[in-house]
Amino acid sequence: MRLSESWLREWVSPPLAAQALCDQLSMAGLEVGALEPVAPAFSGVVIGAVEAVEPHPDATKLRVCRVDAGEDELLQIVCGAANVAAGQRVAVARVGAVLPGNFKIKKAKLRGVASQGMICSASELGLAETSEGIMVLPGDAPVGEDVRDWLALDDQAIELDLTPDRSDCLSLAGVAREVGVLNRLPVTEPAAKPVPPVHDERHGVQLEAPSACPRYLCRIVRALDPSAETPLWMRERLRRSGLRPISPVVDVTNYVLLELGQPLHGFDLARLEGAIQVRRSRSGERLALLNDETVELDDDTLVIADDNGPLAMAGIMGGAASAVSETTQDVLLESAFFAPPAIAGRARRYGLHTDSSHRFERGVDPMLQHRAIERATALLCAIAGGQPGPVVEAVSEADLPQPVCLLLRRQRIQQVLGIAPDDAEVTDILGRLGMTLEPHAEGWQVSAPSQRFDIQREVDLIAEIGRIHGYDAIPVTHARSAAFTRAPREMAFDLDRARQTLVAHGYSEAITYSFVSPEQNAWFDPSPASAAPLTLANPLSAELSVMRGSLWPGLIQAMRQNLARQQPRVRLFETGLRFLGGAEALRQTPSLAVVAVGPVVPEQWGQERRLADFFDLKADLEAVLMQTGRLEALCLQAPSSDAEAHPALHPGQSAALRLGEQPIGWIGTLHPLLAQRLELPTAVQLFEIALDALGLGERPAFEPLSRFPSIRRDLAILVPAELSFEQVRQTVTEAAGDLLKQLILFDQYQGDTIESGRKSLACGLILQASSQTLVDAEVDAVVQRVVERLEQTLGARLRA
Amino acid sequence: MTQRPDATTAADSSAALAELQSAALAAVTTAADLTALDEVRVRYLGKSGRLTAQLKALGALPKDERPAAGQRINEAKRVVQEALEARRATLEEQRLAARLRDECIDVTLPGRGQTPGALHPVTRAMRRIERLFANAGFSIAEGPEVEDDYHNFEALNIPAHHPARAMHDTFYFPDGRLLRTHTSPVQIRVMETQPPPLRIIAPGRVYRCDSDLTHTPMFHQVEGFLVDREATFADLKGVLYDFLRNFFEQEDLKLRFRPSYFPFTEPSAEVDVQCVKCGGRGCRVCKQSGWLEVLGCGMIHPEVFRQVGIDDEQWLGYAFGMGVERLAMLRYGVDDLRLYFENDLRFLAQFA
Repeated sequence: MRLSESWLREWVSPPLAAQALCDQLSMAGLEVGALEPVAPAFSGVVIGAVEAVEPHPDATKLRVCRVDAGEDELLQIVCGAANVAAGQRVAVARVGAVLPGNFKIKKAKLRGVASQGMICSASELGLAETSEGIMVLPGDAPVGEDVRDWLALDDQAIELDLTPDRSDCLSLAGVAREVGVLNRLPVTEPAAKPVPPVHDERHGVQLEAPSACPRYLCRIVRALDPSAETPLWMRERLRRSGLRPISPVVDVTNYVLLELGQPLHGFDLARLEGAIQVRRSRSGERLALLNDETVELDDDTLVIADDNGPLAMAGIMGGAASAVSETTQDVLLESAFFAPPAIAGRARRYGLHTDSSHRFERGVDPMLQHRAIERATALLCAIAGGQPGPVVEAVSEADLPQPVCLLLRRQRIQQVLGIAPDDAEVTDILGRLGMTLEPHAEGWQVSAPSQRFDIQREVDLIAEIGRIHGYDAIPVTHARSAAFTRAPREMAFDLDRARQTLVAHGYSEAITYSFVSPEQNAWFDPSPASAAPLTLANPLSAELSVMRGSLWPGLIQAMRQNLARQQPRVRLFETGLRFLGGAEALRQTPSLAVVAVGPVVPEQWGQERRLADFFDLKADLEAVLMQTGRLEALCLQAPSSDAEAHPALHPGQSAALRLGEQPIGWIGTLHPLLAQRLELPTAVQLFEIALDALGLGERPAFEPLSRFPSIRRDLAILVPAELSFEQVRQTVTEAAGDLLKQLILFDQYQGDTIESGRKSLACGLILQASSQTLVDAEVDAVVQRVVERLEQTLGARLRA
Repeated sequence: MTQRPDATTAADSSAALAELQSAALAAVTTAADLTALDEVRVRYLGKSGRLTAQLKALGALPKDERPAAGQRINEAKRVVQEALEARRATLEEQRLAARLRDECIDVTLPGRGQTPGALHPVTRAMRRIERLFANAGFSIAEGPEVEDDYHNFEALNIPAHHPARAMHDTFYFPDGRLLRTHTSPVQIRVMETQPPPLRIIAPGRVYRCDSDLTHTPMFHQVEGFLVDREATFADLKGVLYDFLRNFFEQEDLKLRFRPSYFPFTEPSAEVDVQCVKCGGRGCRVCKQSGWLEVLGCGMIHPEVFRQVGIDDEQWLGYAFGMGVERLAMLRYGVDDLRLYFENDLRFLAQFA
């Protein structure tokens, strides 16, 4: 809603500067989005009378004009506009004038003829986006007067960003009413006397959907002057409210819409066939709209129709066929009340949004239609002549919104707002808002005025009291504290701790969009459901259309961008939901994923540069899972077949992750083919775990510390190359028994110095007893047992 | 018994001893290092050292002279011994000093090892918001991001075709589900499953079908709400004053509560803080207004209570919601929303 300050002040003019008035409106809930001058700065432009127009001796398109600009002598001005003519009143920029854009007018010669100024177009004065020819002013414009003063251009436009509940303020009258309430001032409305009919011609109206349209008024106005033009004052007001003047009928309906908030429509009477029918559309009916689009209607759209079919989409947009044109002489004016539920959502369904639909879907005052049609008739007849007939009204009283009567309890005001205004303030505030109050034992019975669609409950009245009392005048209090917090379980996975761990290990946190491209999603989500992923119906683009089944595509994308920005080392993690199972069996799984590429540590002195590999990432994964207290239950299962392998991972450098029996995710090196496709280095490491699969961790349980020294024995064994370390570890652990406190693998070797098909493992065994110092004999016995078991079960040999 | 060749008179031996002592002391003083010093010790005090020899020679003296002579020799030994020790201490000190000098390092060389990464600024701001509300007794709740129409709109008093839906550019799925447009559905989900009293904070991702300079299709909100036997708009003001003043660490930060409209609260307000950049004088950040809109709030609407079966005569509540990116922008001076989702390491590293 946009309106000019000067127009508002005609209705109500509080002693406040424009900015203060805007602040007051904002603080009352009518947010002012902008306060802007209605015209850019210019000076030295006066009203002139064109006395004579002669052709230019040297240019066919230029004319030489003699203009009376209120000075002693006529000015000679060369003008290029085709529409300049003797007898016009025009805007003359005299020598010395400054036009918008700091354009200074100087004495000039155009093709050899001296020009003492410029005759301006509306766009040259910043009063229109574009214009054809010069601006012609009304014949009574006073010659010599400053144009800026005469048009009252030192005015400002107030742009209101209204919330959807305040449809009552979608008009000058509504805003003026609010300003009156806030400043305790009376509001002066323009005199609105009914226009008596001069003939008795009535157009028939059939209300076929009375709940959707309980009130429909129309009126024939005949014999309009098709050559009439909308007066400048009205054009200016429309312009200052952001509307483009079009023709007297359209301009008048728009003007009344702005002034009173009632959308009106004018039909070309000659194009109508039979009575007006207000009815639901029939599926498949077509309607060519004013915006040159043709829509196919569903069966749930309210239309204005005649015998030939739909004429207009009720309350939304008129049809092209019945629209008033340059030759229209007879019109049928429409002023109706359409119920919000009948209009709401319909415009959007057809991709439309109009000033009319905006108001009807929020609620137009159901008592306003008579006043609006009378106002429009008066304005139209004043501008274009015309002979009005009687107002025809079709109404279904029972379907009109009924005034609500609400009980407002004194005590409730305090319970909700935390203030206890005295009765006088309550009755004063609600009274000023046009509500009627009846005393009641607990408070008041309150009825709201018909334009206040937002007052439906007691709490709405309380909100109004708070609003007018002023939110800033409500104290700041602190409620008693209550001890009912539900603290998280101690052993619940602490995501923050995991984040901190990763940060300490050199990772930075990324946040990527939850929707990814279908292609990338398919590459990274191995589940069968990823073939039919959850896909948005209205994505921003195909690249952002599928809900991610893995956090990897987003992280890989972020990694690529960072590599492209010359980062040699990218370590990122992200936490968030994965959307698994497709649309049918959707699971929204909180997850954590990590990607790493480049050296283990940043480039530095005194350390060999080493690229992060699988085992570095495995250590980082273990660091994250440490807090579960169940690290020993972590199992890495290398895929044993192509079917088990993860499509995005190197089949020989990846593993499915389990914690106990529970699958929790995957770790591995990015598949070389995928790396190639994504133009990434081959050594990209990744893991991803499902956080909800981790369950509760194991609470730490204290074990007494041994007071006795530990003993270390080192073993170097040769085992078959394909044997996993896990098998060795299990065998050693079982054979060594309780005395084994720690098994350290300190070397693995495979190569020339040992026989092929075998690898060498070097382990340190740390042995300790809890109740005595171990003696060599005991230690030797344990080591002997371990060696024998390794030889027997794994075919291991001690290395010489 | 044969006469020892070096047996001499007491006077002779006394003079010789003094000479020997001087020679020993001179040798101690000139010993350049610990090895040389040790040689000196051996030469004079060793088993066959010259002073030791003097003691051995005592036997050659007449019996009555032996005690005095022995005393003199022992005195000379003591003097030499002390000199030796003093010299040893000096030399050891010098040796240590030399070693320390040799081991000197350039302490300005860079430290070695892993360099920590950084939390995302949105997480950083969200953690701070969560902690502040945790101090006020709020617990964290989370909800799904793929939501149904009921929880995202209907239950929040936004029926189909409500004009407020136009304010939410919603991402839909073909089956009618949607990506939540705000964190408010968590309010409904908590109230459906937990009895009041409630004090909940619900952080998370939200989605709007909108992308330009000042909008990203995904961003983060924190929703908070309280349901109790007593809860007033004045209390709501109290909680938000506390929160915002603590968040921005400005004890006298001015706030402004402007009446507004949300379908799920009544009364509703938008909360502005005095511009944290210019202190309210007017600048580019606050578009010269001196104020910054930071959150929306209000008293929970009776219709919302009705939807979840809470008796609105027995219970009252308030709710508030804020955009995390915006708060983080104001707190850390980030001037471009899109940077949050580009994950440029140079950007992230600034929030370590």
